[in-house]
Amino acid sequence: MAHQDKSEAIKGVYRGLVLLAVVTLIEVAFSLFGKGHLWEGAKGNVWITYLVGFALIAFSIYKAYFIIYEFMHMGHEVKGLRVSVLLPTLLLVWAIIAFFQEGGSWGDRRELIKAKDKIEQNEVQQPVGMLQEEQTKNLH
Amino acid sequence: MSADSVAHDTVEHGEGSWDGAGSPFKASYGKLMMWYFLLSDAFTFAGFLIAYGAIRFSMPTWPVPDFVFSTTPFGGHGLPLIFVTFMSFLLIISSVTMVRGVQEGHAENKNGVVFWMFLTIIGGAGFLGCQAWEWNNLIRTEHMSVTVNPFGTHIESGEYLEGDGHDIKAGDTFVAGDSYLIHQHDGHFAPLKYKTDAGVEKQQEFGPKSFGALFFFITGFHGFHVLSGVAFLIIIMLNVASGLYEKRKNGYEMVEKIGLYWHFVDLVWVFVFLVFYLL
Repeated sequence: MAHQDKSEAIKGVYRGLVLLAVVTLIEVAFSLFGKGHLWEGAKGNVWITYLVGFALIAFSIYKAYFIIYEFMHMGHEVKGLRVSVLLPTLLLVWAIIAFFQEGGSWGDRRELIKAKDKIEQNEVQQPVGMLQEEQTKNLH
Repeated sequence: MSADSVAHDTVEHGEGSWDGAGSPFKASYGKLMMWYFLLSDAFTFAGFLIAYGAIRFSMPTWPVPDFVFSTTPFGGHGLPLIFVTFMSFLLIISSVTMVRGVQEGHAENKNGVVFWMFLTIIGGAGFLGCQAWEWNNLIRTEHMSVTVNPFGTHIESGEYLEGDGHDIKAGDTFVAGDSYLIHQHDGHFAPLKYKTDAGVEKQQEFGPKSFGALFFFITGFHGFHVLSGVAFLIIIMLNVASGLYEKRKNGYEMVEKIGLYWHFVDLVWVFVFLVFYLL
């Protein structure tokens, strides 16, 4: 009985190896497709770029799930251990949204910052933050 | 907890949870703490990878991985992602041999544990060797450093006025979004001159500076995890061989703990692979 269980477990491990290898190959194929290596038309297509990106992230999360639950035996641990290790990682969802939005904002304001530098050099406008005469009148 | 180990503990401790008799989450102290260490390490890696994402989002152009990582040992050229896929397979295979080692440990099979741990060490060392080659190629051949990134991207289409003696010849045309590598001649970077379609003469510019720093720092941090993992694997394999864990009769728990760490290194690579090479 115990022997039977062990050979089953060993088979499971090699099934895992094949699964991870196949998912990795699919990922590489997706990535190359998205960059236009397999079909020239995919290059520069925004929809394909986004779809491939989301598919790659989904595949990677699946691989992470498989490694944690099967290879690290998280599936066999009690619920409290699973929750106390995996739940805190949800904080990263906030971090990803916040920092990526901030990063995008740096990129968007690049031109604005350059434009402001030019304005200050030419001294066309009053320093930022000063109230204009019109606005000062309205205050009284 | 089995009856005889409780009896063993009651000499000095009581049997209640507050006397240290029970194990929270039915896991040993060592395994539980390994899980929490890995959780904190996951946050460190996530911080680095999120920083990479934020900086990449802030840049108008970014080196595309299928151009940067397209060389392989033995003169392979123009083979996007092939070498790094091989590196990923090495880590996946060494993860699988580690699982086999842990299984043999549960079966109290000493020679089996040593055999599978040895294969795991080979896999880890192989990965480190591949990474050393990759870094050497980037630093010595392509001259990327933490402050200089010779991988640039065209933002308009045009025609080269000179060649670099490698891939680009005078008269070659390019379109916006095409990547290029600025080569060195006699120890100095030699950016090529080109004419845009609008007729303006320009020369190649360097890519975003932070790319090299982020690449070397993050893959280096991961590589250092692999290196220390290999060192711990060797120590624990020698301990297994010497019969140290056999005497403990706890199903080679130490092998299980280094196994958790080793799978985590593989897990982090899944995301380093995603962020640096696939996206």
